[in-house]
Amino acid sequence: MELILTYLPFYPLISFLILISFGKRLSWQLASFFSVGAMALSAISSGVLVYHLTHIDASVITVHLWEWFNLSTGDSASEILSGVNSTVNISFYLDALSAVMISVVSGIGFLIHLFAAVYMKEDENFSRFMAYMNLFIVAMLILVLADNLVLLYLGWEGVGLCSFLLIGFWYQDKANVKAARKAFIVTRIGDTAMAIGLFMLFKTLGQLNIADLTQTAQQTWEVGNESAYWIALLLLGGAVGKSAQLPLQTWLPDAMAGPTPVSALIHAATMVTAGVYLIARMHGIFLLAPEVMQYVAWLGASTLLLAAFAALAQTDIKRVLAYSTMSQIGYMMLALGAGAWSTGVFHLMTHAFFKALLFLTAGAVILALHHQQDLFKMGGLLKKLPVESALFIIGLICLVALPGTSGFFSKEAIIGSLWSSSTAGPALWWCAILGALLTSIYSCRLFFLAFLGESRFQTSLHVEDSKLLRLSLIILAILSLFGGLISIDFDTVFPVSLSAHQDPSWLHTVAILTPFVGIAFSWFYFSSYRKNQGDNITASSSSLVIFCRNGLGFDWLYQWCLIKPYCALARLNRRDMFDQLIMFNAWYVKMLHETLSASQTGNLRWYAAAIGLGLVGLFTVIMVGVGSI
Amino acid sequence: MTAIPLAHVLMLASILFAIGFMGVIVRKNTLFMLMSLEVMLNAVGVAFIGAGSYWQQADGQVMFILILTLAAAEVAVGLALLIRLQHKYQSLDIDKLNSMQG
Amino acid sequence: MNIDFASIEMLFYLAGAVAVIASLKVVTQKNTVHALLYLVVSLLAVAVCFYLLGAPFAAGLEVIVYAGAILVLFVFAVMMFGLSVDETLHAPQSRGVAVWVGPMLLASLLLLELLFAIDSIDIQQKLTANIVDARQVGKLLYGSYLLAVEIASFLLLAGLVAGYHYAKPDSDMHSVLHSQHKKNNPRSS
Repeated sequence: MELILTYLPFYPLISFLILISFGKRLSWQLASFFSVGAMALSAISSGVLVYHLTHIDASVITVHLWEWFNLSTGDSASEILSGVNSTVNISFYLDALSAVMISVVSGIGFLIHLFAAVYMKEDENFSRFMAYMNLFIVAMLILVLADNLVLLYLGWEGVGLCSFLLIGFWYQDKANVKAARKAFIVTRIGDTAMAIGLFMLFKTLGQLNIADLTQTAQQTWEVGNESAYWIALLLLGGAVGKSAQLPLQTWLPDAMAGPTPVSALIHAATMVTAGVYLIARMHGIFLLAPEVMQYVAWLGASTLLLAAFAALAQTDIKRVLAYSTMSQIGYMMLALGAGAWSTGVFHLMTHAFFKALLFLTAGAVILALHHQQDLFKMGGLLKKLPVESALFIIGLICLVALPGTSGFFSKEAIIGSLWSSSTAGPALWWCAILGALLTSIYSCRLFFLAFLGESRFQTSLHVEDSKLLRLSLIILAILSLFGGLISIDFDTVFPVSLSAHQDPSWLHTVAILTPFVGIAFSWFYFSSYRKNQGDNITASSSSLVIFCRNGLGFDWLYQWCLIKPYCALARLNRRDMFDQLIMFNAWYVKMLHETLSASQTGNLRWYAAAIGLGLVGLFTVIMVGVGSI
Repeated sequence: MTAIPLAHVLMLASILFAIGFMGVIVRKNTLFMLMSLEVMLNAVGVAFIGAGSYWQQADGQVMFILILTLAAAEVAVGLALLIRLQHKYQSLDIDKLNSMQG
Repeated sequence: MNIDFASIEMLFYLAGAVAVIASLKVVTQKNTVHALLYLVVSLLAVAVCFYLLGAPFAAGLEVIVYAGAILVLFVFAVMMFGLSVDETLHAPQSRGVAVWVGPMLLASLLLLELLFAIDSIDIQQKLTANIVDARQVGKLLYGSYLLAVEIASFLLLAGLVAGYHYAKPDSDMHSVLHSQHKKNNPRSS
């Protein structure tokens, strides 16, 4: 069993090395064989591991590969006294939480690879694309399997790097490069906060192994401890950056510049949920800082509403889905903040299913429409692409959380946990309900615009009739529909919350009815989209809609508050001040040189005069010297 | 001991030296500079002879002879250079020969 | 203080004054040949000074080598290679005898002085009392200063070679001529 766990991240790593080394010399068949095959092996391994973990009585599997390096606090005496082991190992730690993550990462990763192999077939840099995808899987697996925070940070940065590489995959287009840079820089802010958090952890506790650290922290610190507060806050910073939550959410919509499989894999299913994973993994620290948990909940709620409003006004199908992703991650954060760890992770899993399905189906639609992403240039796809439409509908009903779907189970669980939570409360419950309402409204708007009415495009459809494509979509659809029935026992990972309060009975009814209210509302409100007869409808250009479409002005705000001043500063300091200090030496020497050089007039009489002057000077010095003695 | 004080001899030498030096600096004609140099060398000779006479030693005159030799060699080379300059530039103006500048 | 015009000091000051005036003339003259003449006078005056300082050997050398040889070299160079051309163009035209007056005056002053010194027995006695004669100079020169003499001889040789080399006619032209000459007459090189 340990052996399977050991090899798990190495399949994609080997595939990555092969693909990146041989590159374009590999044919499409060979390249996709390696990358998809490696993912298949990983997926099977994860399946075996999960089976093992759930059916055999072992709550944790650990495997130690080798020692990476040794960290020292610089105070060896106290280390010996306390017996703290500060070696950083490359070792994997598998419990229920990481088991969920690896099955999501490698399982959905496998399906998306399968899809991508078809979707990107025509691209000339196909093997480079698959290599990056594989590298991403490696980094993500390391992130979720790491038994210490340093290794986790390695994976954390690795996925950031792959995200950057893949958003900017079509680097010939300047906008893509810009989006990639934006994603990288914005997440870097969070990562820096997280790194500082890690330093503080090591400084205060002297160790970075997650299990030991949680234990030590709970033994030594009381609830409300100040260092726990700051560490949790900094870790939250890292999670906010990675998971595109307020206030570092602006990079995610732009990240849709990457190829659609990338959006599905990285910016919907896996990487953006790494922040959720981090908080869930470090729940021991967060439990010691209830204020930070409140922040988490409020951040999640505000992101949830903000993203939902923004999604209402988008015209690009992928951006709608991106904002929807942000909003759903907001739900997860809300759950984590409310202390409902397992429901948060559960929603992470179901969201990965249906959001991957939605993105991939959207990708198939976009492919069929010759890379047309504008919703207002779609319409009437229900008749023309029936299979894709059906799959998209499945994805949407999961997103909206109609009863029976996977989204229903997870989302209702989250909403249900809010009311009586000590760190959340009724206010956040209402936020979540409002969010669910908005979710159903923007989902309907998306569906009506893209699939109902008459078609608003002239080009003929490019139908990629590939069985592989359909296969991966159908598996995802099945997972989305029935993934909610998977029950995961998180009791070994998270503390069991004892909810003594009895929630009012009407809460549940309201939560279930909300999506239907939203659908009914939009059925009438968006009737023009629904009944559209092929005449050109355009997006509303009222200032409120544009404000929402631009992500409620956060980009604009950052542009004016941060980017412009920094650029101005950079421009001011373009001739680097310290550089100038060094250049001063050069300038000084050059000036001396020029002075002396100018004295070399080539005029002999001047030289003679200079000699005479020198003599006079010398005599003066001697005279003064003699006179003074 | 001569009746002439050493200080006066040295003064004469200094005056001659200063005149020669002034000539070197002021004159633009290379030939005049060469002559002024002769005056300067001569002034140094006066100083040596005066000192030798003051201490009743022959060293002063030995030095004078060496200076004489130096002057002879210098004049030979200097005049040859002047002839060359005259051929090449048709001028002895020292200010025109400033191509070796920094 | 009773100034004795016939003393060695006075003669020395007089000769010195002549040397200074002549040197000034050398520096300020426009005409090259005139300047050379003044230089001769200056050198002669210095020679008188040497004589009065008790160094007759140096005085002789000054007259023979400096005024005799070096200055003649100057005059030759100026005359034969037309070195005086450019400055004499701007110089005032020669006004016959007038230009000779200055050097002649100074030179005759020196002559008178010398004659007076030789004629005066008192001065002769005083002069011979503290003479440093040629024997002493020779001993020292070929004794402890032998190395310096050798170096000086090298310097003279170098001066000779350099003088020959620089004063040759145009080297390109010369080499061409030379090589042609060589072809015709191999012995001449």
